[in-house]
Amino acid sequence: MTRLIEGRGLAAGFGGTDVLSGVDFHIDAGEIVTIVGPNGSGKSTLMRLLVGAVRPRSGTITRAPGLRLGYVPQKLSIDPTLPLTVTRFLDLPRPSPRAKKAAMMERCGITDLTHHPMTGLSGGQYQRVLLARALLVQPQLLMLDEATQGMDQRGSAGFYALIEELRRDLGLAVLMVSHELHVVMSASDRVICLNGHVCCEGTPEIVRSAPEYRALFGTGTQGTLALYRHEHDHSHDHAGGDGHDHGHDHAHHHGQGHHAHAHAHADKHADPAEPAE
Amino acid sequence: MSGLLSEFMIRAALAGVGVALAAPWLGVFVVWRRMAYFGDAVGHAAVLGVALSLMIQLPVTLGVAAVAVTVALVIAALEHPRVGLGADALLGVMSHGALAFGLIAVSFLPGARLNLEAYLFGDILAVGWADVGVIWAGAAVIAAVIGWRWRGLLTATVNPDLAWSAGLNPDRDRRILTLALALLVALAIKVVGALLITALLVIPAAAARPLSRSPEMMLGVAMGIGVLSALVGLGLSYAADTPAGPSVVVVSVVCFVLGRAIGSLRTG
Repeated sequence: MTRLIEGRGLAAGFGGTDVLSGVDFHIDAGEIVTIVGPNGSGKSTLMRLLVGAVRPRSGTITRAPGLRLGYVPQKLSIDPTLPLTVTRFLDLPRPSPRAKKAAMMERCGITDLTHHPMTGLSGGQYQRVLLARALLVQPQLLMLDEATQGMDQRGSAGFYALIEELRRDLGLAVLMVSHELHVVMSASDRVICLNGHVCCEGTPEIVRSAPEYRALFGTGTQGTLALYRHEHDHSHDHAGGDGHDHGHDHAHHHGQGHHAHAHAHADKHADPAEPAE
Repeated sequence: MSGLLSEFMIRAALAGVGVALAAPWLGVFVVWRRMAYFGDAVGHAAVLGVALSLMIQLPVTLGVAAVAVTVALVIAALEHPRVGLGADALLGVMSHGALAFGLIAVSFLPGARLNLEAYLFGDILAVGWADVGVIWAGAAVIAAVIGWRWRGLLTATVNPDLAWSAGLNPDRDRRILTLALALLVALAIKVVGALLITALLVIPAAAARPLSRSPEMMLGVAMGIGVLSALVGLGLSYAADTPAGPSVVVVSVVCFVLGRAIGSLRTG
């Protein structure tokens, strides 16, 4: 596997406080990696470190030589005094051939926006335009920062389906930041749970059962976790697992609200025993 | 020669057109990035620059450019959360502080009091051939530098992180923009004076906005409006004996109103 970008011992902050410290990070060609974490946990700061917009206070970032990044920022506020059509925006910073732009717009489902000004797009249209622009540089690594903010559930599901399709067809690595755990985690090869430092890291299954993760997300996101677990159960069934019991067990834990942390520890002890059951 | 085509009018027209062609390169970014107050502060610093260059007998253009750069750097250094002052308040302090210091410095100069009005409002009818040469050379430098960094500046205006991710350096580009702004202030002080420099930056670009569908078109239309304002303003000044610098600005304001009207007719 080609290592695309690697950070070692990263620390970053503004003023006197460190937003991030001691963060090791890497992503390889073709991987989908998701960063999750509560507000203020340094998710965006880590993205900006990797993009080069923030200089680390300590630590090193190594990029594969000639690495091409496609970056989809969290939000874009274009001043209305700047006349910019969608087509012209796609040419930032470097112009692409007309045919290539047209093909990418079709792929991202924004063909009818060709001459539309950038102001006045809907949230979903906006993100697809940003995505198309990022893909035009033929990136090896696509980075998305809270890409489905402001989209409804159907819109964000469609957006993630598009990303997976692109990853499959173009073979690019995807690094995203999200708070929509259920959708994102099922699509990820690896999840990094961040809260100023890396709390836990691994496959979605490992992270969602880690006590550190439960401590951060256990009480606040019952709905989404339940939804994710449901999908997860199905794969377990096929693997010859203990599907239903498993599902009920977790539903029970989450029903107990703020006690989830304590139970999460118990859960961790239970998990290694699972294969033996 | 006499009349509208007398030599001083030709020199004035060339100086006005030169500045009108240079200002929109920066003016569009001043409008897009909401830097009008920044332009004001740097422009007002020019008076201090004039006083200092007369004191130590330096060419005025050089002194003005040096002080404008210094003020721009001081603002950039103070624009930090640690200082705990909003950007607009900070610029208000710097802008009027620079102007007040400049006015006091000028008052120490024997005989310079008489020329004060020329530095505040410009004295385009008094430009010499050397001034015209400096203005056009400076305009060429501004166009070349901003043209060279155009894509990077435009991308960073949309979103600095987009620029970083593409391997550009928005911080360096912003410094280039600031230096070019200081150069423009030095060129424009004889044409419109310290108080009206922001008008040359903001008004043609703002007037061009409703008539433009792309950033590059907005730049071109702003240049056209600037040149038109300079020539018509000078003609007006000659015919009605009005002060030249303010006449140029008044014509550009008329263009702004017309541009808005045409724009709202189109969309409405």
